[in-house]
Amino acid sequence: MGRITLEKVAKRFGEVEVIPPLDLTIEDGEFVVFVGPSGCGKSTLLRLIAGLEDVSGGQIRIDGQDATALSPAKRGLAMVFQSYALYPHMSVRKNIAFPLKMAGMPEDEQKRRIDNAAKILNLTDYIDRRPGQLSGGQRQRVAIGRAIVREPAAFLFDEPLSNLDAALRVGMRLEITELHSRLKTTMIYVTHDQVEAMTMADKIVVLRAGHIEQVGSPLELYHKPRNAFVAGFIGSPKMNLISGAEASKHGCKTIGIRPEHIGVSATDGLWKGRVGVSEHLGSDTFFYVHDTGLVDDITVRVSGEVALKAGDTVYLTPEADKLHRFDDAGLRLA
Amino acid sequence: MSTQHSRSAARIMISPSVLLLLAWMIIPLSLTLYFSFLRYNLLMPGANPFVGFENYSYFLTDPAFFSALTNTLLLVGGVLIITIVGGVLLALLLDQPMFGQGIVRILVIAPFFVMPTVSALVWKNMFMNPVNGLFAFAAKAVGLQPFDFLAHAPLASIILIVSWQWLPFATLILLTAMQSLDSERLEAAEMDGAGPFARFFYMVVPHLSRAITVVILIQTIFLLSVFAEILVTTNGGPGTSSTNLTYLVYAQSLLNFDVGGGSAGGVVAIILANIVAIFLMRMIGKNLDA
Repeated sequence: MGRITLEKVAKRFGEVEVIPPLDLTIEDGEFVVFVGPSGCGKSTLLRLIAGLEDVSGGQIRIDGQDATALSPAKRGLAMVFQSYALYPHMSVRKNIAFPLKMAGMPEDEQKRRIDNAAKILNLTDYIDRRPGQLSGGQRQRVAIGRAIVREPAAFLFDEPLSNLDAALRVGMRLEITELHSRLKTTMIYVTHDQVEAMTMADKIVVLRAGHIEQVGSPLELYHKPRNAFVAGFIGSPKMNLISGAEASKHGCKTIGIRPEHIGVSATDGLWKGRVGVSEHLGSDTFFYVHDTGLVDDITVRVSGEVALKAGDTVYLTPEADKLHRFDDAGLRLA
Repeated sequence: MSTQHSRSAARIMISPSVLLLLAWMIIPLSLTLYFSFLRYNLLMPGANPFVGFENYSYFLTDPAFFSALTNTLLLVGGVLIITIVGGVLLALLLDQPMFGQGIVRILVIAPFFVMPTVSALVWKNMFMNPVNGLFAFAAKAVGLQPFDFLAHAPLASIILIVSWQWLPFATLILLTAMQSLDSERLEAAEMDGAGPFARFFYMVVPHLSRAITVVILIQTIFLLSVFAEILVTTNGGPGTSSTNLTYLVYAQSLLNFDVGGGSAGGVVAIILANIVAIFLMRMIGKNLDA
């Protein structure tokens, strides 16, 4: 069980209000990702749930019980830190055993759980090594192992993949997602990487300056961003946000169109521009189009290879039904 | 420093200082060795005949030798225990954010800058003196008989004085080590259910082990040769109850004018210091690896 409810939870550091009162419910078994730009309070929110920071107001409930004043150990949550926070003077086995030892669990039960965790995470071959002798990905797995042996109500991940290289990050992302589908335990995952958020989450919580901008499934956020911030934050490359005369034609302050929803033609189209830098990924090509007469440069994403060079004239046509419209306050217009 | 040429140039460049340092060390050492085999007493001028190991057998069978040996070990061990336990606790306190942190830290470091003779005299006259000392005053204030520290507990008093001098050093080294402890690691331990004491013994102490090793090794070097504190307080007495090896060698050569016996004592002290060093490295040297 791991249903976590935040009611009017707020955090102030002296005069500075990092998190204004917010409400959030995390259902049992959900994979929730907190995402936002750096400094948006997502890690602080996670630390509030973990109990590593005291709340300045409001209530945290875990499985219906008030956990606001409970110590971190008593909340039954396990956390994986960005730096892994392994204990360097202990072997992998002792690292994983530490929470069980602190709980005073009998030796044979400890051994059973450790062996089980080691098998799930492929740690068996280096169970007697020290963390210093392991690679980044292996350390990450040890940190996860230390979390799962406790069989917690929920897992908290604080940017766990940001210290890994790109290839390993994709692999670990998959492993964590598979772990979630196997354990079916609530997981709360903090990241600034919207790709991680999109690929892993059941539910994404987009934060900005401590405020929850939107809560929803990845595709909900992609298709129906509640405001211009979410629209610009979710999706890669970023959505083109255009304001000014072109937006006024649609009767709004800002229009948004994703790079993949723009048609490209060499002969005719709605907007005329000049191709700047193009990035060839093989499967896709990104163009940055200048001099369109719109306020900003436009990013376009085209499948496969397209024979356009820097300096070529290009015509762009947004798909009308994929256009997002936002009002003066940045909110989405239906 | 990779080519053959630069390596040999480096050797030539450093050779003068190496030779100077070698001479600096080897001449006193060989003279001491040489004197230790002579009958060489300043009160008996004349020939200084070669007497073999006679000086050594006199020194080693002297009843003062064994009490000096135990006093030396007690002094070193006692000061090490007090400074390391006290240093860890002080470092824990100083690591907490508090008002006036900078000034408090400077005050804590201050005793290290007081020279040994002065600090021993301050302790002897201002604190431990049975008539005028602060401790005597405090004892009288609560109606107790003043305790004459230097007469009745001379070695313990010297251990106290020397500990007071070395506590800042241990605190400083351990404090910097403590500040390098990753706070996420402590938080992880907290999440894992470790209380304050478990966090201290399972996280902080192992993290400090290398710093503690450094403190033990450095302090042992200096504590084996404690001298000024004994000279200005107890003069090794009463009897030999606060005489350590260094002081015994001094007494032999400069109070008894027996240069030969003093040299033999010096050589014995060198050998014992090396035995201590070997044992120390065996016991705790592995903490310095990795």
